Amino acid sequence: MTAGQDPAITRLRAHEMAAGLREGRFTALALLEAHLELIRDENRVLHAWSSVDEDGARQAAVAADRQLSKEGGRAIQGPAALPPLLGIPVALKDLVVTRGQPSTAGSRILKGFLSPYDAHIAERLREAGAVVVGKTNMDEFAMGSSTEHSAWGPTANPWALDRVPGGSSGGSAAAVAAFHVPLAIGTDTGGSIRQPAALTGTVGMKPTYGRVSRYGIIAFASSLDQVGPFGRDVRDAAMLLGVVAGRDEHDSTSAPMQVPDYAAELPADDDEAAASVKGLRLGLPREYFVPGMEPGVEARIREAVGALEAAGAEIVELSLPHSEYGLATYYIIAPAEASANLARYDGIRYGQSVRGEDVLGNYLATRGSGFGAEVKRRVMLGTYALSAGYYDAYYLKAQKVRTLLKRDFDLAFKQVDALIAPTSPTVAFPLGARLADPVAMYLSDVCTLPVNMAGLPGISVPCGLSEGLPVGLQFIGRAWDESRLFGLGRAYEAITASAEWRSLEPTDLPALSDPSAPAPAERLAAARA
Amino acid sequence: MTAPVASPSATGRYEAVIGIEIHVQLRTRSKMFCGCSTDFQAAPPNSHTCPICLGMPGTLPVANRLAVEHVLATGLALEAEIVPVTRWDRKNYFYPDLPKGYQISQYDLPLTQNGRLTFDTSEGPFTVGIRRAHLEEDTARLLHMTGDSGDRASLVDFNRSGVALMEIVTEPDLRTAEQARRYAEELRLLLLTIGASEAALESGQMRVEANISLRPIGAQAFGTRVEVKNMNSFRSVERAIGHEIERQAGVLSNGGDVIQETRGWDENRAATYTMRLKEDSQDYRYFPEPDLPPLKADPAWLDEIRARQPELPAARRARYRAELGLSAYDANVIVGDLKATRVFEGALAAESALPAKRVANWVTGEYLRLAKGSDAIDALEPAELGRLLRLVDEGTLSGTSAKEVFARIFAGERTAAVVEELGLAQISDGGALETAVDEVLAANPAAVEDIRAGKAQAIGFLVGQVMKQTRGRANAAMVRELIRSRLDAAPPAATAPRRPKGTPEASG
Repeated sequence: MTAGQDPAITRLRAHEMAAGLREGRFTALALLEAHLELIRDENRVLHAWSSVDEDGARQAAVAADRQLSKEGGRAIQGPAALPPLLGIPVALKDLVVTRGQPSTAGSRILKGFLSPYDAHIAERLREAGAVVVGKTNMDEFAMGSSTEHSAWGPTANPWALDRVPGGSSGGSAAAVAAFHVPLAIGTDTGGSIRQPAALTGTVGMKPTYGRVSRYGIIAFASSLDQVGPFGRDVRDAAMLLGVVAGRDEHDSTSAPMQVPDYAAELPADDDEAAASVKGLRLGLPREYFVPGMEPGVEARIREAVGALEAAGAEIVELSLPHSEYGLATYYIIAPAEASANLARYDGIRYGQSVRGEDVLGNYLATRGSGFGAEVKRRVMLGTYALSAGYYDAYYLKAQKVRTLLKRDFDLAFKQVDALIAPTSPTVAFPLGARLADPVAMYLSDVCTLPVNMAGLPGISVPCGLSEGLPVGLQFIGRAWDESRLFGLGRAYEAITASAEWRSLEPTDLPALSDPSAPAPAERLAAARA
Repeated sequence: MTAPVASPSATGRYEAVIGIEIHVQLRTRSKMFCGCSTDFQAAPPNSHTCPICLGMPGTLPVANRLAVEHVLATGLALEAEIVPVTRWDRKNYFYPDLPKGYQISQYDLPLTQNGRLTFDTSEGPFTVGIRRAHLEEDTARLLHMTGDSGDRASLVDFNRSGVALMEIVTEPDLRTAEQARRYAEELRLLLLTIGASEAALESGQMRVEANISLRPIGAQAFGTRVEVKNMNSFRSVERAIGHEIERQAGVLSNGGDVIQETRGWDENRAATYTMRLKEDSQDYRYFPEPDLPPLKADPAWLDEIRARQPELPAARRARYRAELGLSAYDANVIVGDLKATRVFEGALAAESALPAKRVANWVTGEYLRLAKGSDAIDALEPAELGRLLRLVDEGTLSGTSAKEVFARIFAGERTAAVVEELGLAQISDGGALETAVDEVLAANPAAVEDIRAGKAQAIGFLVGQVMKQTRGRANAAMVRELIRSRLDAAPPAATAPRRPKGTPEASG
């Protein structure tokens, strides 16, 4: 570690770090070491990381510094000439494979697995100059909403260490919230980016299905999975999505569409950003104010809606009538696809392998000990839904309802430019609170998963606190309309720029380096005892 | 277990109902869903693999366009419907040769369906309905072995994993083992003709499975079906099905019930044996493959494929008979062998004036004798056969010499060069022959006297001497004529030989 580094550089936004690097105020290596120091000091208590590649990150930072010094003079004149993320630390969810590095997807069955190839987005990030720091903790195979279903133990929420950061991309969300990295990659199958973003006070976007390549993303549910960014503001998230989005010939479901320069489109000036909502029609779907929603959360959402209205947006109350079937159909389709996607983990070619009496015995021993309870539950659900005699009643029916859910959105977007809704009906819940009740856990995603079912983009931005914990505001857009969602998020940031909660840091940051503070796994064990 | 054998009268009481499923590896350079080369026949195990065909975490399939074209071309050749929009499905089951735990296949929406294929049998032409032809990926290959210490191990070679595979399923229209064999042979010829597959049974590029049931003659309802596998040649297809029909007839005529099962054909024992009972049959939990978009067979694409379609075997046989006047036998033999077809067509194209029948005789005779009955490498340039036969037709080359030349052009040489090198061109030039005849007459006065004395048979001796002097190249008929005219004492200038029809003026 470089002595005398200013820890304040970890507080900068990614776009501010990019400017500082180009202006020579600090080096990429110093920026990295400041982050690595936080990770070393705090990961025991936060447990956001499942692996950190210090050597690889240093090499990338040194290479970035070489490029920055060589082109430094020119860079000040025209920073656009340098790759957008040059020297910026980025975290990857532990299901993005990178060559020679561990990628466990939070599962014991992939313990020790080193990928022989790079995910498409890992290549994109490297080309963009990013410094990949390591892999973040997650619910096993992205199945969960709290990161408690990780084989490596849960992650804490930096706002309250005895609470979950959401999930399944909870490690990425917590790492960004705790300043361990300015940017992180997550995946969102039913809300796994937006819900943890909401619960940790960060910005998270799930792009349109097909916007980002899934090649090299360990699959959960192929027709729903989508890669997206986490950042501490909208501009940063937009910058990261701009780097990873676009057609990839290795993913037949990735769209051959132009990717706008999302970050460059955003107004730098707050007044200009706030004025951009004038005349926009925003739909408020009444079904998203679900029974069981916390009053504090509803209050923050209504205030945010009011603020946008005051800034000139037109608010239209509307109905998405099939929303109530979203959860049930999601829990047919996602497990059905997962039951097939997880069949490859048989202990024959890679990962954990446990010998049994015969071929079947090998499968039972390997998968029986390699998968956690939630994964087994979903593989069983999916297998059942696809079985002869049940397929029509479950899988086929769910696909039909999925079409109806999509039509709800199509009709809504004939009236409005975007939808505005809560991201999560509650703030971060205590470790262990929903582990005993799978349905309660599944309800965490009730406001996010219809968006995946329809393949649409959605963004969650912080909109204040309830009981001292962050609340997330969700904007949902038409397919391929990420630009508008970033614009809305940026506008909302501008409108609330002077709000007191914007200057607050996560409450429990000081405790992260406390040697007497328990690790999240100990907190969870205590909570369950 | 010994299978009961039915008496001929028992077999005669039942009608067999047979449907055939054939898997063929498609002729593509790369695998079905990844870029790995399919050229691994001589390669070490697991040398033609990548993260995709090994089923590594995070990998995704990308469909091979050429493989889709092969299935569409097959559908067109089988007069089948091409389904405009189809999709892929996952067939789920666990086995070590299936790296993803599912096979990407097509379930209820095959690329092509409702076709037919007509072929000849000993009882005349027969048309079988083709239910469907669809695309899927091959599995890896398992090798079972026992180590020195006696422990058994299974090894997996993933070179074959993900190779493009087409499955073609007939309607249950076939009634005899011969029909089944002839169908398989005709389908193979069709696939070879359109270039969709190498379709070699022995190497597993073409795998034939038969579904066989028996019912009393006149009955409508199907009997219990048995699936027969492991038939590695056309001969074993016919033998295995014939055996299975007899076995089922034996069971039924003894009052027993046929059990629904999968049976394997044991070539050495000439019997089928139980592989898997129906109770073990699996629920494959098919569902649409979400990693691949639907497959659209655009009409313009189909037109392109149709335009590239070569002449199909049935049309070719008909043309050979109707337009070229070949016998049914010759047409069948030539069309049944793609190389023979190529040689026949190429020879005729090079020398269009040749009688097709003559070319056909050479192809079915000399050519196939060398191509099939010897170890010689076939490097024949078909046009060279045409040139050879023209020389014979012109009288430039004798029949005997032509066979000698053919052996050389079969190995890749040029007709003109071989004839030149061996000095085989028949001497039909009057001047050259006169010189040879005059020399022989001068050297054999006794024979000349004999002839003048009325011993006509002595002419044969003199002809033989001329042939000897010209090393067999003299045109024997012309020599005989010359000798006669010389001995009639006519002036040599008046005995210019008659040119054989078609001999170019400049020859000699």
